[in-house]
Formats: sequence, C-alpha cells, structure tokens
Amino acid sequence: MGSKIEKLLIEFAKLHRFMMSFLREAVSPPYEFKEIIRQCYEIGWRSFPLISLTGFIVGFVFTKQSRPSLEEFGATSWLPSLISIAIVRALAPLVTALIASGKVGSQIGAELSSMNVTEQIDAMEVSGTNPTKFLISTRIIATTTMIPVLCFYVAGIGLLGGYLSIASKDDLSILAFFTQVFESIAAKDIFAMVLRAVVFGFTIGFASCYVGYYSSKGTEGVGKAANKAVVSSMFLVFIEELLIVQLLAIIG
Amino acid sequence: MEKKNIQIDYNDIVIHVDNVSKSFGDLHVLRDVDLKLYNEENLVVLGRSGTGKSVLIKLISGLLRPDKGNVNVLGEVVNELDERDLRALRQRIGFSFQNSALYDSMTVRENLEFPLVRNKRNLTRAEINKEVEEVLEGVGLSQAINQMPSELSGGQRKRIGIARTLILRPDIMLYDEPTAGLDPITCLDINTLINEVQERYKTSSIIITHDLACAKMVGDRMVMLLDGKFERQGTFEEIFDTDDERVRPFYDYNFIV
Repeated sequence: MGSKIEKLLIEFAKLHRFMMSFLREAVSPPYEFKEIIRQCYEIGWRSFPLISLTGFIVGFVFTKQSRPSLEEFGATSWLPSLISIAIVRALAPLVTALIASGKVGSQIGAELSSMNVTEQIDAMEVSGTNPTKFLISTRIIATTTMIPVLCFYVAGIGLLGGYLSIASKDDLSILAFFTQVFESIAAKDIFAMVLRAVVFGFTIGFASCYVGYYSSKGTEGVGKAANKAVVSSMFLVFIEELLIVQLLAIIG
Repeated sequence: MEKKNIQIDYNDIVIHVDNVSKSFGDLHVLRDVDLKLYNEENLVVLGRSGTGKSVLIKLISGLLRPDKGNVNVLGEVVNELDERDLRALRQRIGFSFQNSALYDSMTVRENLEFPLVRNKRNLTRAEINKEVEEVLEGVGLSQAINQMPSELSGGQRKRIGIARTLILRPDIMLYDEPTAGLDPITCLDINTLINEVQERYKTSSIIITHDLACAKMVGDRMVMLLDGKFERQGTFEEIFDTDDERVRPFYDYNFIV
C-alpha cells in the first residue's frame, strides 16, 4: 500500500515537472514554428478524411434517430434547431476529441515512444537540443489549435449530414435549414464548443506526449504507449466533459 | 590503417570520473569508480555486457546522475550543472550511439543540420550547407545527403551518426559500441574513422566496446570494468598479460586462441 502511494506521488511529481517544462518551453524563444506547422499538418489536415466521414455519419444518424420522437408531437419542424444545438454544444467537440484521441493520440504516443526506444530523444539531449521544445511543445500546441479547427469542421459537416437526413423525408431547402440553425445557436453555444475543443485538444496532446515520452523501453513499450495514449486521452476527455457541463450550467 | 602516435599530455585532464557509484534499485552497476581521460587521448573501456560501460558515458554526458561522487568534464561538475549550463557543455561533447540514433523522419541533411541550426542560430543557409557538406565528406558519405536513414546500411548509419556529432566540433567524443553488429571490413572502416576524428578534430575520446580488434586499433590506453570497478588499466598488452579468469576469455574468444 505504502509503495503504491509512493508510486502515485512520484507520478504526480513527474506530471508536474512535465507540465512546467512544457509551459516554460512553449513561451520562451526560440520558437519551433516550422515544426509546429508540420505537426498542425499531420494532426489537422491528415485527420480530415476520417473526421469528415465520422462527422457526416453522426449528423445524419442523430437526425434520423431524433425524428420519431419529434414526429409523435408533430414537431419535426424543430429538427434543425434540435440538431444544431446538440451538434454545436456537445456532439462536435466530443466526436472530434474521441476521433483525435484514437488517431492523433496513438500516433503521438507511438512516435515518441519509438524515438525513446531508439535513443533519438537521448540523441537530441546530448546534442544540446531541448527535446521538450522540439517534440513536446510543438505537438501540444498543434493539438490545442487544430482540434478546435477540426471541431468547427465537424459541426459543419454534421449539420450537412443532418440536413440531408431531413431533406430525404421533408421538402426543406438548405437555405431554410441553415437559417433555422443560425437562429437557434447562441454565442454561448459557440463559446461552449470552443472551450471544450481547446481543453480536449490540450488534454489529448499532453496525455499522449507524456505517455510516449516516459514509455518503457523495448518494442512492447511502443505498443503499450500507443494504447495508453488513446485510453488515457479518452478517459480524460469524458471526465472533462462532465466537469465542463457542470461549469457551463453554473455560468448559465 | 596504422594508428598515428599522438603525444598525450598526462597533466591535461579533460574528464575526471571521481569516486562515482551508480545503482538501479538493488543492482549496483558502478562502485566507487575513478577514471581520467587526458587531452587528445583515445581511451577504450572494455567489459562484459551489462557491466555499466554505457552507464559510464551516460553519466559523463549528464543523461544519468551519479548516486555518489562527481563527474568533471572540461572543468565543470556535470552532476551539479543546471539544465542551461548542461546544454551548453553538451555542445562540446559528441555522443555516438550504439544504434546510431538517427532521426528517422528526417533526411541525412536534416539530421546533420538539426543540432547545428539549434545551437548556432546566427549561421546563414550557405554556411550551414558548407558545414554539412564538409562533415559528410569527412566521413566519406557525400552521396547520401538526401537519403533517409532507413535507406542506409548499418555502417553508413554509424558514419552519419558520428558526422552528426562532429558538426558541432566537439572537444570530447563518446563512442558507445561503435562496431557492434557490423561486418569485419566495416568495423575496420569505423575504427579508421575514429582514428581520423582524433587526428583531424583533436578530440579526446572514450570508446566503449568489447571488440578487442577495435580496442587494439583505436586505443591509446585501456581500462577494464569488472564487477563495477576498473580493475585493470594500461596498454592492450598490459591488460591481457594476466591469468585472471574474468579477463582471459575476452582475449581467447576475440582472437580464437
């Protein structure tokens, strides 16, 4: 029991040191702009195909599943309002974060872990280069900025999916649909979406970098790091979702 | 290629491992070891696998911290330096890894530029190109400049790894098993390169190995790690002029007696 508590405390100390090291290197020059852009491309642009498909399917299926409930009350005309609020407030950030946890989290975890195994991180250290600045800061900055961008995109493509689902049954123009959507969404909904996306983006980057950077040696360590990156990112995203919902309810 | 006789000043100490101990849990790897490296000397550290040879050079480069004792490098106590000073000192220490540790997502050119552009930020593009081409020519691999590490052979990767450390013009070179996993002819090439580096760049080097042909070819002096201590020191002949059962098999196996 004592050793478990000791291990936990050591883990917290490592997390704290990792966080402080990231914060220090993220704000202090010189900046690794070229690597940040490369990571944004890897994390953002390369996720577009998967995110597009997932976002579209979520919007389409959610609309289809919501229809029967509204039909009972003869309120299918409310579908655009319902799906827009659901997608913008909750579904878009959550779906983006979960897809990114799987795709980006595993990629970062495996990449850093394999660099660790092959001593590439040590090689950076001994050549007088700061691996935290080059490997960690750049990836966390990229996830924190790209997940909100992807989130807006998922919201758009999800709404498109929702429209196509409605249009397959009802006679509704796309202009009328989006007019109703924008009338339903308030500034606070956009704020809630951006807040979630930024928090989730930072969490995915931080958790994946941490498990990759401190992975155990050996090829088994690479697999474990990739797996741990996904699991811990997803777990933290759900915990944060719970907390953000409470926080936004208090704020109103 | 015959090793040139280099005059070593035995008063000019560049590394002093002073009474250092290092353990990992219950495993005592180094016990009160004491070691000096002199300016422009090639010092070979021999020993069985798992005896702490690599731990020794990781302590010297500050990748590990000793449990006890001090590691003096170029007048600085490595284990007392803060991150910034340690980084500055590391620019004067070249570390050639056993598996080369090339950045596999970068080309050879990018691998060589990586430490240069981050440590000498005022260099122009033309100066960077000149440095890269010069150091690549020095290891005989100018043609590999745009290749990826995965396209290179083991020997070529070793050479590029050494070139990457040389680009910062270090005063000290640390070689971790430079000939491990290579065929005999490539081993000869690497040994020749280690000697060329010593002559051309005036480096002081520690070469970790259990390849006695390599040790004989590149070493000015040798030490042998046995049970966490440097039990034997001297020239190649002095080290192996013994009936010690922990030492003889080394010689017998390497030279198939």
